[in-house]
Amino acid sequence: MGLFNLPNLPLSALLSQLLLGLVNGSFYAILSLGLAVIFGLLNVINFAHGALFMMGAVLTWMGLTYFNINYWAMLVLAPVVAGLFGVLTERLLLRWIYKLDHLYGLLLTLGLTLLIEGAFRSAYGVSGLSYDTPDALAGATDLGFMFLPNYRAWVVIASLGICFATWFVIEKTRLGAYLRAGTENPRLVEAFGVNVPLMITLTYGFGVALAAFAGVLAAPVIQVSPLMGQNLIIVVFAIVVIGGMGSIMGAILTGLGLGVIEGLTKVIYPEASSTVVFVIMIIVLLIRPAGLFGKEK
Amino acid sequence: MKKITPTVYALLLIALLAAPFFGAYPVFVMKLMCFALFASAFNLLLGYTGLLSFGHAAFFGGSAYVAGHAMKVWGLTPELGLVVGTLAGALLGWVFGLLAIRRQGIYFAMITLALAQMVFFIALQAKFTGGEDGLQGVPRGELFGVIDLRNDLTMYYVSLFVMVAAFLLIARTVRSPFGQVLKGIKENEPRALSLGYDVARYKLLAFVISAALSGLAGSLKTLVLGFATLSDVHWSASGQVILMTLVGGLGTLSGPLLGSAVVVVLENKIGEFGRLLARLTNVDWFNSLGESVTMVTGLIFVVCVLAFRRGIMGEVISFVQRLRSPPNSKRPAPSDPVVRRALEG
Repeated sequence: MGLFNLPNLPLSALLSQLLLGLVNGSFYAILSLGLAVIFGLLNVINFAHGALFMMGAVLTWMGLTYFNINYWAMLVLAPVVAGLFGVLTERLLLRWIYKLDHLYGLLLTLGLTLLIEGAFRSAYGVSGLSYDTPDALAGATDLGFMFLPNYRAWVVIASLGICFATWFVIEKTRLGAYLRAGTENPRLVEAFGVNVPLMITLTYGFGVALAAFAGVLAAPVIQVSPLMGQNLIIVVFAIVVIGGMGSIMGAILTGLGLGVIEGLTKVIYPEASSTVVFVIMIIVLLIRPAGLFGKEK
Repeated sequence: MKKITPTVYALLLIALLAAPFFGAYPVFVMKLMCFALFASAFNLLLGYTGLLSFGHAAFFGGSAYVAGHAMKVWGLTPELGLVVGTLAGALLGWVFGLLAIRRQGIYFAMITLALAQMVFFIALQAKFTGGEDGLQGVPRGELFGVIDLRNDLTMYYVSLFVMVAAFLLIARTVRSPFGQVLKGIKENEPRALSLGYDVARYKLLAFVISAALSGLAGSLKTLVLGFATLSDVHWSASGQVILMTLVGGLGTLSGPLLGSAVVVVLENKIGEFGRLLARLTNVDWFNSLGESVTMVTGLIFVVCVLAFRRGIMGEVISFVQRLRSPPNSKRPAPSDPVVRRALEG
């Protein structure tokens, strides 16, 4: 945090909090995007998303600590490992509950969350594991009006890149068309010869990989700990309520926007920064119960 | 079931009345009773109305703080403290309910979870809750200004009375016409709506009753233990009460009682159980089972959802029903009157 010992100008404080807000917003965007994609096809709200985010971060730390695998390799490896874990989870556990009420999906993934967090907790305790910023991105760039920490800029750029790539694949490609059709009417899509169960498995794996990717990005900026995903997932739930899960772009924009609002609240009224997202959720529920991007049913 | 059920409840009541004289630690049993009441109140919502609230910790923990504050700082007598706590739960439940009922199904759960998290942060930051330390040193005082509750045995019977009264209220609610409408909403909401029931109002009322009784449970816990802490408002307490209800049996009156006992005993005794397993199997890992409560809880969740959705009492009840139904009628008559009429021609 040494970077922020700047002259105490309100503007630079505002800008740095804005950037921090964008960083958090990027995580919110990736996570709510993953939740939306999974919910679209599986009809399961993945409570374990926060735990899988944590898994990505801890895997990154483990990679460096035990195998000396650097950040860049883990940026690919951690999502792959977590994604495989997701595929296994879907095949072994989630598969059995699709025909039941949605609530069981939430309860099952809550159980999974406790299992994953408990496992990492018994291995590493609850104290933080420190992870250094990779050398290439250490330091800050002087933009004249503020110092821009390179790593934070990278987080925002990488997250936006992944988010828009996902949006592009789902909205503009043939694969995405299958996916959207599967969301709309899985039986019909299956009748056309598309392997829907496989698609469902891969979608869950992909959603999990997204969460783990966010976790890798977070490792150098948020303290890595087995409980780091706990509070995050609840904020992301509120964001999903605000944005509605019907639209991919909606999930991305809502996530980013709320991250920024949260960051600005830290400057204006710090006491409210942990509750501001929930307050906005209440307001949205009162004015537009279906969510900003949701459709009234 | 007609003859068995009252007998079992009578035996349970006798056991609870006699428990302190047979070596049961009164404070532990009182804690059990608080959680049993909490789970029963929660079950009224999930088991009988089909609404999954993921925010019941807010009512339990929030009321625990309010009741504690009322008794400690305002100097109210215990019975008034419980009333204030219950009202606080009801009020909070009314606010939560109004907001959450605007969305359905999975969103309902997410909204209640988010609102409860907000209450958690407020409890963390507000002055009167004592932040990380919690609200300590709440006096038990004298009931109606006469009966000294500092005696554990007196406190025990007062708790038992409150618990039994609240449980009877829940049983009465479930069996009342109001409770039948709730079940109807759970089974088929569009039909209930088309029959002219104001579904939103019924849901809200069920939510408020459930929240108020959860508040009563939380207040009682503060009174018994003398403190309220952040862990009572944390979302894991909401998860815990879901687990209790699920393990015991959703939508059965006795399920939450049994489920809460199973979960509380498990969490308290798992370390001993692990050491026992380690001695029996010589697997060293079991010695650390006590530190892995979270994992064990998670595992029970997964098993319950995948293979054991009716819960313990749900299985028992359906087993007894199977024993009693004549062997050649494989299927019980559909409970839905319209379907039944159609089948019977």
